[in-house]
Amino acid sequence: MKRYETVIGLEVHTQLLTETKAFCGCRAKFGLPPNSSTCPVCLGLPGALPVLNEKAFRFALKAALALDCEIQKLIKFDRKNYYYPDLPKNFQISQYDLPFAFRGHLEIENKGVRKEIGITRVHLEEDAGKLIHTREAQASYVDLNRAGTPLLEIVSEPDIRSPEEASLYLENLKAILEYIEVSDCNMEEGSLRCDANISVRPEGERSLGVKAELKNMNSFKAVRDALAYESERQIELLKKRKKVVQETRLWNEKKRITISMRVKEESHDYRYFPEPDLIPFVASDEEIEKIRHTIPELPKAKKKRFASEYSLGEYDATGLTRDADIANFFEKTVKILNSPKEIANWLLGDITSALNERHVAIGKTRVTPAHLAGLIKLIQQKEITGSAAKQVLIDVFDSGGDPEEIVRRKGLGQIKDSGELVSIVREVLRENEKSATDYKNGKTNAIMFLVGQVMKKSKGKADPGKANKILKERLENEK
Amino acid sequence: MKKNLRDTVKACLDRIRDVNKKLNAIIYIDKEKVQGSEEAASLSGGVASGTPIVIKDNICVRDEPTTCASRILKGFKPPYDATVITKIRKAGFILMGKSNMDEFAFGSSCETSCYGPTRNPWDLERIPGGSSGGSAAAVASGEVPMALGSDTGGSIRQPAALCGVCGMKPTYGRVSRYGLIAFASSLDQIGPITGNVSDCASLLNVISGYDEMDSTSASLPVPDFTKSLEKTIKNMKLGIPKEYFPSNGLDREVADKIEAAKNILRDLGAELIDVSLPHTEYAVSCYYIIAPAEASSNLARFDGDQYGLREDAKSMIDMYIETRTKGFGSEAKRRILLGTYSLSSGYYEAYYLKAMRTRTLIKNDFKEAFKKCDVILTPTTPTAAFKIGEKIDDPLSMYLSDIFTIPANLAGIPGISVPCGFTESGLPIGLQFLGKAFDEESLIRVAYTFEQNTAFSKRKPKL
Repeated sequence: MKRYETVIGLEVHTQLLTETKAFCGCRAKFGLPPNSSTCPVCLGLPGALPVLNEKAFRFALKAALALDCEIQKLIKFDRKNYYYPDLPKNFQISQYDLPFAFRGHLEIENKGVRKEIGITRVHLEEDAGKLIHTREAQASYVDLNRAGTPLLEIVSEPDIRSPEEASLYLENLKAILEYIEVSDCNMEEGSLRCDANISVRPEGERSLGVKAELKNMNSFKAVRDALAYESERQIELLKKRKKVVQETRLWNEKKRITISMRVKEESHDYRYFPEPDLIPFVASDEEIEKIRHTIPELPKAKKKRFASEYSLGEYDATGLTRDADIANFFEKTVKILNSPKEIANWLLGDITSALNERHVAIGKTRVTPAHLAGLIKLIQQKEITGSAAKQVLIDVFDSGGDPEEIVRRKGLGQIKDSGELVSIVREVLRENEKSATDYKNGKTNAIMFLVGQVMKKSKGKADPGKANKILKERLENEK
Repeated sequence: MKKNLRDTVKACLDRIRDVNKKLNAIIYIDKEKVQGSEEAASLSGGVASGTPIVIKDNICVRDEPTTCASRILKGFKPPYDATVITKIRKAGFILMGKSNMDEFAFGSSCETSCYGPTRNPWDLERIPGGSSGGSAAAVASGEVPMALGSDTGGSIRQPAALCGVCGMKPTYGRVSRYGLIAFASSLDQIGPITGNVSDCASLLNVISGYDEMDSTSASLPVPDFTKSLEKTIKNMKLGIPKEYFPSNGLDREVADKIEAAKNILRDLGAELIDVSLPHTEYAVSCYYIIAPAEASSNLARFDGDQYGLREDAKSMIDMYIETRTKGFGSEAKRRILLGTYSLSSGYYEAYYLKAMRTRTLIKNDFKEAFKKCDVILTPTTPTAAFKIGEKIDDPLSMYLSDIFTIPANLAGIPGISVPCGFTESGLPIGLQFLGKAFDEESLIRVAYTFEQNTAFSKRKPKL
């Protein structure tokens, strides 16, 4: 049986977090009333001219440097000509033959194996507006708020060999862009978009197969699923001795398949030429170095440091450094209470779940490193149990209150009086005779259930270790 | 003061009423607004203190029709003022209206306007030149003392020459293009068309300067150009490029008047020096690749979506096609096709890229020549004004009427045209001076000296 290899290259577009648009002074913000953030320039009115937003260029440079790119000496822009109602000038200001940055790298780690994915080019361009189609009015509306927003295009080399690697590449890319605070990489709001080129070839073959370009993938999972489907589809074609056609295909999230949108012959001739309204300029080495110095420690370096400095395992170090805010939160907490492992457990466990449930970033909650340190200290001093601590955490999340105060208010302090614990154990055994019998008959893990019942009855205030001990003593005695 | 202003404006309005029907130089005038603005102008305290001016129809004036003399911009009123308009308002000019032009500035005769052709005040059977023909004819006929035009390949200097007035294309970057509806962005420049060199200097003072809204505008200090209104050109080196005096292709009467002008200037103390601009012969073809290429992209936005003409159709693409088919005239379509073709993949290297390289050679020609001279002297046009309809169906011969003006746009250098005589049939002939980049001062000095020592600018057409 012939084996096949999948070859993938990704093209990522990410909006830069500048306050104003790339070539005019309009606010670049998601969710404003339609067409409220527009001016003659981004509306493409006759006579209006673009002026480069220097901050957008600095953000772009920062991203390119964080991706280990080389920087072009002469920075120039080009016009990409095509007609579409979301593109008011009917050309997009972009970069064609001289992307401002090129030859970068991004490292991924798949099941413990490290691999470098090459970055072919990074360029700066302007985003288009949005079309809103209504069935009722049989009309389409144009919202040009997004038109002219700075967009970074990051094109990878065809170095990716599986949907999993593609997903890791995207995760790492997102982490880096978020770390350096140039983009919020929100796929739902469209601030990060990804297209993929994918082809397959018999294993060992050097030349590339015929590729398809995949579009319309709106989440990392969609990228993975679409690539898995498409790779499968192409391999099937080759197995049947059929040919893969060079074309653009759309991922259909509902049907979970890719569908042909246009074949190569129908592809555009964009008639690129240098944008005459923007004069080419030189990015000085000085400026580049200045920007390089503003790049903070990136995920890869931070992970390595966390592992050694805090004696954390691979899982913890990776998890904590995926998000810059979490990493900072971790380090701040460690400074207050030197218990890195416990802090990592909380951050990657209950806190992450709570954040996911609430769809918020840690910076947007009322939890502080002091809270977390305080909470863990209470556990360490056996003031509260781990399970009570979880309740306290939820309270802190919503109220921003001091953990100690919450413990007092809610009476969540650990039961220290063994008489009280003994009486709870007695009650539990009376109410769960079957489990007690099971245990006595040799099903020793019935004890876990009984401990759980004790915790429940004590509202989490019991020390599960002690409860276990008392239960065991009782049951053994009754044998 | 106020009374005088009202008189000035009234005189202009009367003159427009009397002659504009014959000329079709001014295509839009809002009498009420004009009369209402007198006070504002007098209160502004600006240097122009109420001088009436007309604006070429491709320069955006807030809330007033700005159509590039094209059906496709029918009804378009920009929501903003071009930077030059802001400046001339502040200086106290009175905006009288919009002047006729070739559609989107595509032409050298003012015949491609959707409002019909403008006629030459010196001979109504003849063209005024173009594309700023309306501005030149309005000034020449005394409708207004000053006008703004735009020059992409000679569109200020050529009509100025054919109408017997003064017209200057400043250095690329001297005047902000913000609000000038682009024809060819790397060549376009706004400039003054006036009855004399002194007015030219005053108007240039007002409109020049860096504009943060135009990345291609130069952040250089602007001199007071009126200080160059000196009558001396002693020891000024005037370069005479042999390529601009072809044995065929230069009208004899034009050649004679230019020759006479050279002698006058020599007598006034200038030193005439032979120079060579060897790549001149490629300028027109180079221009007709670059300008339409940029135009094809600049004009893409006129699709019926947001403003101007919209022809309803079943689908979006059909709407675009119908709108552009009905909205653009044939010269506009010709240039869009030319430009689209030369930018297409497979042709880009052969045409656009080659033209850009040629442009560099032409630029270098001037650099070399200006090592030997201060100003270059040439005829503005190869002939005096031709007849309406004479060249309209022969684009190649029409394109050649800009043969002496195009190189300055490709090189980005300034040029001025002043009257230097008349043909036997009484048609004006223009003399062109080309200068180093950002040295409009030398042009003003030599043009002013020539004007002050001759009487050509004083002669007025009989209408």
